[in-house]
Amino acid sequence: MDQRLYLYPIWLRIWHGINALMFLVLIATGISMQYSNPDAPLIRFDLAVQWHNITGIILSINYIIFVAGNLVTGNGKFYLIQLKGFVQQIIRQITYYVSGHFKGEHTPFPVTAARKFNPLQKLTYVGAMYMLVPVIIITGLALLFPEFIVTKVFEFSGIYLTALLHGAVGFLLSLFLVIHVYFSTMGSTPGSNFKSMMNGWHEPH
Amino acid sequence: MKIRTFITFVCLLFLMPVWAQLNVDMESEPAKAADNQHCFNCHANQIYSFENEVSGMTERKAMNPNFIFQPDVFYQGVHRHFACTDCHSPDYENFPHQAELRLEPMYSCIDCHGGDEAFASYHFEAIEEEFGKSVHASRHSENFNCWMCHDPHSYKAMTRSNFKISEIVTYHNQMCSNCHDNPVNFQRISDSTKKPLEQIHEFLPNFKLHFSAVRCIECHTPAEDTLWVSHNVLEKEFAVKKCTECHSANTMLMSSLYKYQNLEARKNRGTLNAVFLNESYVIGANRNIYLNIISLVLFGLTVAGILIHIFFRIKKH
Repeated sequence: MDQRLYLYPIWLRIWHGINALMFLVLIATGISMQYSNPDAPLIRFDLAVQWHNITGIILSINYIIFVAGNLVTGNGKFYLIQLKGFVQQIIRQITYYVSGHFKGEHTPFPVTAARKFNPLQKLTYVGAMYMLVPVIIITGLALLFPEFIVTKVFEFSGIYLTALLHGAVGFLLSLFLVIHVYFSTMGSTPGSNFKSMMNGWHEPH
Repeated sequence: MKIRTFITFVCLLFLMPVWAQLNVDMESEPAKAADNQHCFNCHANQIYSFENEVSGMTERKAMNPNFIFQPDVFYQGVHRHFACTDCHSPDYENFPHQAELRLEPMYSCIDCHGGDEAFASYHFEAIEEEFGKSVHASRHSENFNCWMCHDPHSYKAMTRSNFKISEIVTYHNQMCSNCHDNPVNFQRISDSTKKPLEQIHEFLPNFKLHFSAVRCIECHTPAEDTLWVSHNVLEKEFAVKKCTECHSANTMLMSSLYKYQNLEARKNRGTLNAVFLNESYVIGANRNIYLNIISLVLFGLTVAGILIHIFFRIKKH
């Protein structure tokens, strides 16, 4: 019996692909601007600004598609967290990653048609997609149109505080990306989850 | 020339006691306020009135806008202890003013400040030399004088003080935009027509933000160690266009716009980038060492965690 599950519809895969590409460009251009070095530029400063602005806008539009898609298709239900027992579930999942996996135990929360994400995935995806990404989009738009930023906040430059938040959230999302990509290698084979995001079918363990 | 030299001498002699104590005493009452009131009675207003001795009537006239000066602005400026007639002919005390008085020579800064030990730290001679090299001097020669930018009736020494950076930027940029963003004023010295500043600077991302955060001279003058403000305004072809001149750790803003604050910060706290924190944000230049360390540690821990996990996965496999 074919146990494969069609979990990633085409709209989600296109969104995910665009999001991933925009993330990479935004991180590269963001680092290039923040740590600009005239002697050894990662990306030429003016180009970095231009690409960062363009990809930021594309990512923002893409995010609207993501939220709308989740509302319309029901994909959003995978992100719903039931608080009761959630901490224990998280601990179980972490314990699995830290030791159970190496002892040959089965994943405590296998992927099913009703449960696309394990509790740790839920937590990080909700944190990233519904908390950090909105913050980075809002602060990014504010930096794109700084005339709307409050000039002074307790004697600090409003732009500086906005940029600080934008940079800090950008850094956290970069960490998320690294961790996300690594955990994607923990499918039935190291490459199976990447394949899933191409063809839409989840390979069971 | 003789009259000019004489007035310069009188001017210096008269004001020496004031200058000797402090370069400009901004605290005490203006020394010549009572004398100047006579002039401000008319020149502070848009409308002035006078007794027409010919007709015997009181007449009300509109003051030429170029000759209106606000006392409160004048007394906040560096020449606040001057009498109007220290620089202008005493004949101006009579009304109607004689027509030829309009042709009286105007002093340049160096006429009064040149060779004066009390103002040695301002390097007026170096300013004069720098100005001589500038596009203002080479393109406009004798027509261009100090007062085109520095109105002696309101001038403030903004740079070497604790004014907010935003105030310094607005004040200095207003000097430039007064002609370069005002076709009427620009045509006082040039027949050429100018494109709007926004169009000329369209290569700058967010033109308005740049213009409110840095001064025109940041890009349009070369870095100058001796002077607080370089006066060698360059031909536009030589203006800074490379973003990283400002947007980098070694930002040139530290030796221009933030020079005073930078030196004060070094003196008081020893933190180079501290001056940026309160007032503005320049991406690439604002770097907080603590945040850098925290982010590097977090990133290092993440990568280390992943590597350890990979190691055990391979070992198990």
